[in-house]
This record gives sequence, structure tokens and C-alpha cells, in this order.
Amino acid sequence: MDTGSGAAIVARNLTRRFGSFTAVDRITFDVKAGEVFGFLGANGAGKTTAIRILTGLLAPSDGDASVAGFDVRTQIEQVRARIGYMSQRFSLYEDLTVRENIQLYGGIYGLSDAEISERRGVMLAELRFTPPVTSLVHSLPLGWKQKLAFSVALLHRPAVVFLDEPTGGVDPITRRQFWELIYHAAARGTTVFVTTHYLDEAEYCDRLSIMVDGRLAALGTPAALKAEFHAATLDDVFVRLARSAAAGAA
Amino acid sequence: MTTAVVSAASVVKRFGTVTALNDVSFNVASGELFGLVGPDGAGKTTLFRILTTLLVPDAGLVTVLGRDVVREFWEIRSRVGYMPGRFALYADLSVEENLAFFASVFGTSIADGRDLIEPIYRQIEPFRDRRAGALSGGMKQKLALCCALVHRPELLLLDEPTTGVDAVSRREFWDLLATLRSSGLTIIAATPYMDEAARCDRIALIQGGRLLAIDAPVDVGRRFPRPLFAVRGTPRASMLQALRAYPHIASAYPFGDSVHVSDVRSDAPPAQLASELAAYLGTAALIDVHVTQVDPGIEDAFMELMGEPTLALS
Repeated sequence: MDTGSGAAIVARNLTRRFGSFTAVDRITFDVKAGEVFGFLGANGAGKTTAIRILTGLLAPSDGDASVAGFDVRTQIEQVRARIGYMSQRFSLYEDLTVRENIQLYGGIYGLSDAEISERRGVMLAELRFTPPVTSLVHSLPLGWKQKLAFSVALLHRPAVVFLDEPTGGVDPITRRQFWELIYHAAARGTTVFVTTHYLDEAEYCDRLSIMVDGRLAALGTPAALKAEFHAATLDDVFVRLARSAAAGAA
Repeated sequence: MTTAVVSAASVVKRFGTVTALNDVSFNVASGELFGLVGPDGAGKTTLFRILTTLLVPDAGLVTVLGRDVVREFWEIRSRVGYMPGRFALYADLSVEENLAFFASVFGTSIADGRDLIEPIYRQIEPFRDRRAGALSGGMKQKLALCCALVHRPELLLLDEPTTGVDAVSRREFWDLLATLRSSGLTIIAATPYMDEAARCDRIALIQGGRLLAIDAPVDVGRRFPRPLFAVRGTPRASMLQALRAYPHIASAYPFGDSVHVSDVRSDAPPAQLASELAAYLGTAALIDVHVTQVDPGIEDAFMELMGEPTLALS
């Protein structure tokens, strides 16, 4: 398998079938180290299945993939140690305090108490986190929860972080602050793999892929995709691609 | 407003120490498509629960279809349709069974409501025997809309009907709302998406339990108090840093492929502000810099009205 030297994620003809249904259909792409890579698609296009394969939660039926240089099929533990994950649905434990969440995730990823304590200080200072660290997470505004969850997903300095609709429901200022955190992480070398339903946010990615019916229907920089599809906005590109697919499918 | 379908005056709702709604007042006219625009936690769902008589306000007066939500709640319930933010249908019942159930709860039948739901139900009818839990996100939304409409309500309340739904399904859903509106139905829809807000007759921007503004979408943008410029250039991160360091900067927010920028010298001629900004950026190590004046949109106004400082990372 071509390991795509310097690539943080390599997928070659990656395929996943469920019975007679092919959820992910021979997708091939590379994500460079430090890249902000947008992973778009309509509901049911296969994004979640692909992410579950790349994070080692689901085995591919066919094809190969490596994340941070390790095979998602045979080196699952090495992959998991080198990735971070965050979504709106799963982030922090609501009934634990800010400090307890950081302690918990730091411990899971094998950091020492001294490392956790040092990284917690740096992280909260960078976020300009003002609430007390003894606050229960459920008492925090959503914007803080999401920014904190992102930073916690980076606590063990993963090579790749997977963000599944990280900005759903947050206010427009927090959404932009969140993207500044993403840029900041990418500038320090973390590869960011992100899904979103906000097409204006997709413009902030270095490159984008758009999945349609399990296949990778488009891949390129935002400017290149708009040129390829003769579209003024990414919204137009997306609608054109997604509408051509699966009209009437449930 | 001669026929207010909804009238809310100085509504307050507290949960413990949290003030979920703080002095909220607005009216919705008959036949209006009214948008409630704001992030999670702004108070949208609390407001919907008061309008649907599921929650009693701590202070203020609310009438729906001319009835008081506290004293006359029973008369309101059969005349409104409500689609909650979370999927609230029976996952183990089929599409058709869910619809028949909701019709029967309101003492009617699918056949009686059929013409009203026809344009929507037609799209999910091929799957009428499928369990609701096994539908795609877009199809679930359409079924939930049918269930909220089957008893022919006079007011339709939709709490974030398109959250988590992809851009194509979102457009289709709002096309359906436009069709329903043209039939005379009054609709209040909550959304965190500014592009959807633009499709409403009027919108209320809501944040932290307060209404920041109520206006037609195009007029909300006009509330932005300074000339606004779209700035393009690469690399973006350096450009944003350079903009933040500009001595006259009032605001700088990424917007799609550009950055929306305003200058504190709001009374100066826009052309002069634009050329000074371009000259300043010309001294930074940036390429392909373009500065053009643009009309402020809903999101620009929203962020201005939120009035929060920007986060600055090292």
C-alpha cells in the first residue's frame, strides 16, 4: 500500500458494505499533515461510516486506510492513541467539573498528573476561559462547552483530530472563534478532519471532499471546486452534487 | 397589527438562577412566516413551550389566537401544530401509523387533513410502511411536519426543524414552508441558520433570553452602523492578524471566502476607508488583496448586536 509519505490520512479504495448496501464505495484520498480537510456530504452519504473506519471503530470491508502512519485494520491501538475526536453529540461529561473532565481525558490518554496540570493551565489561558474550573460542565454556555471540548480533544497532542459537526447550534461569534482554534491547532501541525453543514464554514478549509452516495464526488480547494462546477458559492456546488444523487431515496 | 395571531408582552421565564426569557415582547400577524433566530440556549425552545401552553411564564402576558396561554390553554392546544426540536415521533410505528395516531389524538383522520399535507406526504408516502426510526433525517423532518399539520392548525410552530439536516434537505424544507405560508397559514420557525432567516417575512434575533431586534430580514442588515467591507487576500490567517492590528479596526470576522471588516471612523467616505485599508494591507506580506464595500447581512447585524469582543490567539 502506498503510504503517501507525509500524509496524515491515506485512504485507498476504502469500502464498507452493510449487507447489500454499500455505505462507503471505494473512496481514495490523502490528507496532508497540518491540513484542515473538510469532509462534506448529504445526510446518509456515508460520512459517518467513513469517520468510524478512520477512527478504528469499524473495520473496512475492502481497501486500505492509514491514520498517522498506522493501519486502521491492524494497528487500531496505535491509531487511537494518535487521534482526537469531538462532536456536538459527544464531547465532555456534563456531570463532571471542567477540571475533572480534563483529568479524566488526560488520564485515559496516559498523561501524568504533572503533564495534565501543566497542559490544563496553558489550555485555559489560551481559551481565556473565565468560569471557575470547579464549574460543572452542564452549567457552561454551549459556546464554552464546545471550545473546551475541542481543547480537551487536543490534550494528548494527537496527530489528527476528527471534528464531527463541531459548531452545530452555536452563535455566529463562537463559530468564528471555534475556527480560529482550528487554525491555531493546524498551524502547530495537527491535522484537522472536519464535517459541517454550514457551507460558509467549508470555505475555511484548505481542501474539501464531498461524498455523494458513498463515493467521493469532488475533491479540491474551495476555489478549485467553485471553478470546476462554475458555481459562485460552495452552497451551489454542494446542492448541485447532492441533488443529482439519490433524488427520492429515503 | 389588526390580527395578531401571537402577542407576547414583557415575558419573563426563570429556571432557578437562569433567566431564560428576559422581557420578551413581539407580535406575529396572521399569515406571517416569522423567524426566531439565535443559537442554542438563547431561549427559543422556552418561548415555544410557552406558546404551546406547555410552560407558564413567570411574568408578562401571552395570547395565541386571541386566547390567554395560562387561563385558556385548552382552547389553544387543538388549534396549533408543534414540531419540537428533537425527533418526537414513535420510532417503532410506521410512517402511516404515526400520522394516523396524531390525527386521531386531535379527533380527525389522515383523509380529512390529506389536501393540506399532500405536497409533503407525497414525498414520504412511498415509505409509508417503514418504521419512522429507520427514515433518513430529511424524511423524518417531513413526517414530523405532516404530523404537526394533519389536524389543520391555524398556527404552526417549528423549533429548529432543520438542525442537523444537510443543505439540500434544508432548502427543500423551506420550499415547503413557503408553500404552506402562501396558503395562509401563520408559521413561527426557529433556526440557527442565517440563510434560512432570510426566507422569513420578519425575524426576531434572540440571544441570552433577550430579543436583540425584530425586523424584516433585509432591514435587520441595515442596522449595522458602519460601512462594511469584504476583504480577500492570502494567506488568510496572516490577513486576519494584520486586520486585527489595524489601528482603525472596529470589527473583523471571517465570512466564507472573505473577511468582513468595519472601521471605527464610520462617518468617513467609504471609498476613502476602503483605499486606506487596502494600502495598509499592501504593506503586510499578503497577496491578491481586494477590498470591496458590501451590504451588511443578518449575521453581520447579529454579531454587532451581540457586542462581544473577539478572541485573540497568539
